Amino acid sequence: MRRFALILGLVFLWAPIALMAAYAFSGSRVPFQWGGFSLRWFVALAANERLLEAAWLSLRIGAAAATLATLLGLALGWVLARHGRFAGRSIFGVLTGAPLVLPEVVVGLALLLLFVGLQAMTGWPTQRGAVTVWLAHASLGMAYVAVLVQARLAGLDPALEEAAADLGARPFVVFTTITLPLIAPSLAAGWLLAFTLSLDDVVLASFVSGPGATTLPVYLFSQLRLGMTPEANALAVVMLALAGGLGLLVWALRLSR
Amino acid sequence: MIRSGAWLALLLLVAAPLLVVLGMGFGTSSPGVPPVIPPIGATGWQGSFEAWGLIFADTYYLDAALRSLRLAAITAGLCLVLGFGMALGITSAAPRWQAPLLALVLLPFWSGFVLRLAAWVGLLRDGGWLNATLIQAGLITEPLPLLYSEGAMLLGMVHGYLPFAILPITATLARRDPRLEEAAADLGAGRWTVFATITLPLAAPAAAAAFLLVFIPAAGEVVIPEVLGAPDSVLFGRAIWGEFFQTRDWPAAAALSTALLALLLAPIALYQRLSVAR
Repeated sequence: MRRFALILGLVFLWAPIALMAAYAFSGSRVPFQWGGFSLRWFVALAANERLLEAAWLSLRIGAAAATLATLLGLALGWVLARHGRFAGRSIFGVLTGAPLVLPEVVVGLALLLLFVGLQAMTGWPTQRGAVTVWLAHASLGMAYVAVLVQARLAGLDPALEEAAADLGARPFVVFTTITLPLIAPSLAAGWLLAFTLSLDDVVLASFVSGPGATTLPVYLFSQLRLGMTPEANALAVVMLALAGGLGLLVWALRLSR
Repeated sequence: MIRSGAWLALLLLVAAPLLVVLGMGFGTSSPGVPPVIPPIGATGWQGSFEAWGLIFADTYYLDAALRSLRLAAITAGLCLVLGFGMALGITSAAPRWQAPLLALVLLPFWSGFVLRLAAWVGLLRDGGWLNATLIQAGLITEPLPLLYSEGAMLLGMVHGYLPFAILPITATLARRDPRLEEAAADLGAGRWTVFATITLPLAAPAAAAAFLLVFIPAAGEVVIPEVLGAPDSVLFGRAIWGEFFQTRDWPAAAALSTALLALLLAPIALYQRLSVAR
């Protein structure tokens, strides 16, 4: 019974993806129609400059947003876990968790209106594009990082940090030599999560981006409305191969330790 | 120092945008760039209730709200049932299989959100894979109108949101003390009794959190209904999207966003309580 639900769920999750992967190697012009084995859609993918440009922009925005989200999320999680009761703590907690549960269409509109208002008042941001998408994605990612960091900090044995302090280490040294290595897994997980969220986001980027800064998901979404070629299947195979390869690498690194 | 910086990030990136949206619902739409007159200008209050009047002028948006809530509840319910079963399956597997099984659940999500939707389109459309396969098997002669329907949209929603339900329940079930269930079984409880009296109460807060974690974003979902749903099925998220991108009525989009937040306030507050309690 338990196995049944798991197998059913896995088949449901994987069925469209397995079919995408299989038909990526079909020569037919119609997606999901078999036209003999062919690599033509991978070749077409490699020659599609607009798509490659969008992918490169998405990778850069994703990495930058994940990095900012990790720094901000670390600060948020630290304050929640270590600053005890302070004035406004409950508001602080609600605001930290808010991006996790607010509908993205509301967040997208809200950030756009903020950027437009800021521009009217201060002149910055002069135009909407990669920078505004970066900030929008960081604001989403930092909430996920904060949750992970807070949970990790709450689960740490306080004796470790106390021992370092008793032996004469100053707070900064305690943080860099004891705390940071202990919470590193949650930071890495948070970075990856924020990176993935950024790489998959259509809604926030549609709202806050401007002309000339089309991210990969926004580009694909516009193509999807026009009708997609089997290139989409080839791209999915490439992305899964990259993600699977990265996953195996992380797994192998953990085993070797 | 750290706390001031953290406050600054929260106020600038979370609180300020929400306040601007609340305020802009009282702005006036105008043909300029940007296409809106803010409610507070150099001379003080200059706002209007135009946008709010528009929203409540007829039952168009009320119907959209009810439809959105109903579909979000169905999505969250399906995700909860399937996700609970899968979480039980994962946590009752041999320990060395648990991490690979969890990875198997998460890996599909690195194939790209839009690409997965493209796959559903390719599978479900009239000349798509499913119809072609059914016709070839001789089960049907005319293609079934599968795509652009409520069913197709629900399929895409459950497919997209399922991990949000699996993860919190798996995390809670993995921490449960197996001796509790063993003790119940030793005392003569059957499998269903053990499940209903021990496992289910232990996982109930996580299950409620999982339901809300799907329900809340699903109520405002835009992209999946846009790609898979019927074009005339107006939903809350699509209404906001349409007011902004097509009608270019920013105050109406802002007022609709405020209304959506008001509707979701109770579920959001409940979710935050549950996640703090855990």
